[in-house]
Amino acid sequence: MENLVYVALFAPFVGSLFAALFGMSQRQIFVGVIASGLLAVSFISSLLLAINLYTTGNVIHVTMMDWINAGDISIPFGFVIDQISVTMMTVVTLVSTIVHIYAIGYMDHDKAFNRFFSYLSAFVFSMLILVMSDNFAGLFIGWEGVGVCSWLLVGFWYHKPDQTREENPSISPSWAANEAFIMNRIADLGMLVGIFILYWNTGSLQYDVVFAALPNLDDAVLVTAAIALFIGAMGKSAQFPLHTWLTDAMEGPTPVSALIHAATMVTAGVFLVIRSNPLYGMEAVAGVSFFIACLGTFVAFYAASMALVERDLKRIIAYSTLSQLGYMFAAAGLGAYWIALFHLAAHAFFKALLFLGGGNVMHAMHDELDLFKMGELRKKMRGTFIYMTIASIALAGLPPLAGFWSKDAIIETAFNEHTYVLWFMLVLTAGMTAFYSFRQVFLTFFGEDRHTALGFHPHEMYKFVLAAMSPLAVLAIITGWFMGGYKAFIYQIGEGVQYEMSEHTHHLATYLGLIVIFVAVSGIILAYFKYARTGKNAFKRNEEKEQGFFYKLLINQYYVPKIYEEYITKPYAMISEVFWTKVDLKIVDATVDNIAKFFYVSGDKTRAMQTGNLSNYLNWMAVGAVVLLVIAAISAMLV
Amino acid sequence: MIGLSHYLIVSAIIFSIGLVGVLRRRNLLMLFFATEVMLNAVNIAFAAISHYYNDLTGQMFAFFIIAIAASEVAVGLGILIVLFKKHGSLDLDDLANMRG
Repeated sequence: MENLVYVALFAPFVGSLFAALFGMSQRQIFVGVIASGLLAVSFISSLLLAINLYTTGNVIHVTMMDWINAGDISIPFGFVIDQISVTMMTVVTLVSTIVHIYAIGYMDHDKAFNRFFSYLSAFVFSMLILVMSDNFAGLFIGWEGVGVCSWLLVGFWYHKPDQTREENPSISPSWAANEAFIMNRIADLGMLVGIFILYWNTGSLQYDVVFAALPNLDDAVLVTAAIALFIGAMGKSAQFPLHTWLTDAMEGPTPVSALIHAATMVTAGVFLVIRSNPLYGMEAVAGVSFFIACLGTFVAFYAASMALVERDLKRIIAYSTLSQLGYMFAAAGLGAYWIALFHLAAHAFFKALLFLGGGNVMHAMHDELDLFKMGELRKKMRGTFIYMTIASIALAGLPPLAGFWSKDAIIETAFNEHTYVLWFMLVLTAGMTAFYSFRQVFLTFFGEDRHTALGFHPHEMYKFVLAAMSPLAVLAIITGWFMGGYKAFIYQIGEGVQYEMSEHTHHLATYLGLIVIFVAVSGIILAYFKYARTGKNAFKRNEEKEQGFFYKLLINQYYVPKIYEEYITKPYAMISEVFWTKVDLKIVDATVDNIAKFFYVSGDKTRAMQTGNLSNYLNWMAVGAVVLLVIAAISAMLV
Repeated sequence: MIGLSHYLIVSAIIFSIGLVGVLRRRNLLMLFFATEVMLNAVNIAFAAISHYYNDLTGQMFAFFIIAIAASEVAVGLGILIVLFKKHGSLDLDDLANMRG
């Protein structure tokens, strides 16, 4: 079994290195095929590990090598295959395999085809390190690794210039990549502080040791560590107020958005909270956990509200990702860690499907993403239409698809914890989710044909790409049915992740579910009447409405990017300018320059001493001897 | 009675004369003479102090210095002759060709 662990971990790494060999050369199909094949190997290994774990219940713990051994620090490069990490591994490798195959078709015309696969596989490798590591140091390495790969991939089309948009500030891929990286770095500092606090107080970075030592720690230490770690999670999972990078990251190629910014990397924050459940589940940090739940609920609602008016196809999906991450944090904050993890997995499947479908549309429409320029595409893109509808139903949370079970369980949890405000917000958000996801489906695939007049001639994606997407579609439908089995599986870990509804909630569960379904269905019906009809009822842009206060607020993302721009970026640039011209140039540089200048000038002046005349030299020597004598005499007197 | 201090004063005076010669003279040969004068001033001091302390080490040193001075003059004069053949002069102002 140990070998399987290494195969699962290193297959993507080998794929990445292999693709990197051809990084500078012409597009080679076999590079993509081999990278995808190695990922499939990794997926099969993960699946075998999962099956092994399910049947035997034996957690596998391997130590590859001693990594850091200095003084009291001992950090082995170890991996743990338990129920949490194996869930993540299976999800990550499955989605990555499909995205890799998809990318063979999607990146078909790109010159840097080989390089793309190198980055993509490197990302999967980092992500696997992140989820498999048995200590915080390894987690952090993977954490930074996915950050770097995300930066490389968002900025993959770095040569694209800034594009001025109607609503959003003009952005380019390289700008978006930098934004994502910098925001994550800010959050990573918090996480690093959290890791240091845990290390200082427990003397180890190993999960088991740290978590075993937690009950002996001060409440204040626990709370600080929990807050600091959560700041890291907020950055990676794009929670308010560090959320703006995620929508801008849509500048990257669509397979990247599907893999990194929907299914895997952004869930690392949720994973961190779930992994640290012994910490977040403690009585002392209940306040922090409740804050996580509140923030998650807020973000779920906040992101959904912005998606209501957005016109950019990929940005809508990005908002829905934000919103669903909010749901996951809400569940994790309320203590239902396994429900959060289950939603994470289900969400990964249908969101990746949705993104890949969006990529098909984008490919067909020659990179046009404005929904108002599409319409009636279902006749030309039947396969994509079916996939995106399935994914949207799953996202909207209608039974029996995946999204319903996990999302309903989260909403039920909020009810069960008697946090009725959160419950109400989450139900409302479920309705908004249904509305915006079907608004997007209807605007893209139904209604009047708006694209032909604009000169677009959409065509369906390659057959093998559609075929590669089918596992995701199947999973988006059936994942929810295995919730009971998954519960039994993850309950093996121990009490930390177990969560049961109370008797009272159990009785009301059916009604609660019905409320959610009712809200979701009304959202869909509303979207249908507004956007899907043809003829004289067809959807028309209402310019007047677009000048309204709420519309402008939402389309400008609550002016948060603008506020960041005005009150953080610009002052920061101004301060940097001042520091550069006043402090750096006038003080730091000037000091160094003057030291150099002093030696230069004194050398220049004393050069005259070298006359070439022996007599002068002897005179100077005598002067030197006298000076030395005087100094010796003075120092002798002083002593 | 002539004591240690008299010898030392004589030695200092001769050393100063030699030093002034080293500093002021322009002719290399004269510089050599001046150095010899300084060396011998030191010899006087050595011998006097050695006698004062009843320790023969200082006088031994004086002999060594005389021997070294003799060999130094032998080598130095050889160099001077070569220099004179090459430049036709031993004036230091004429020999200043290493100006920086």
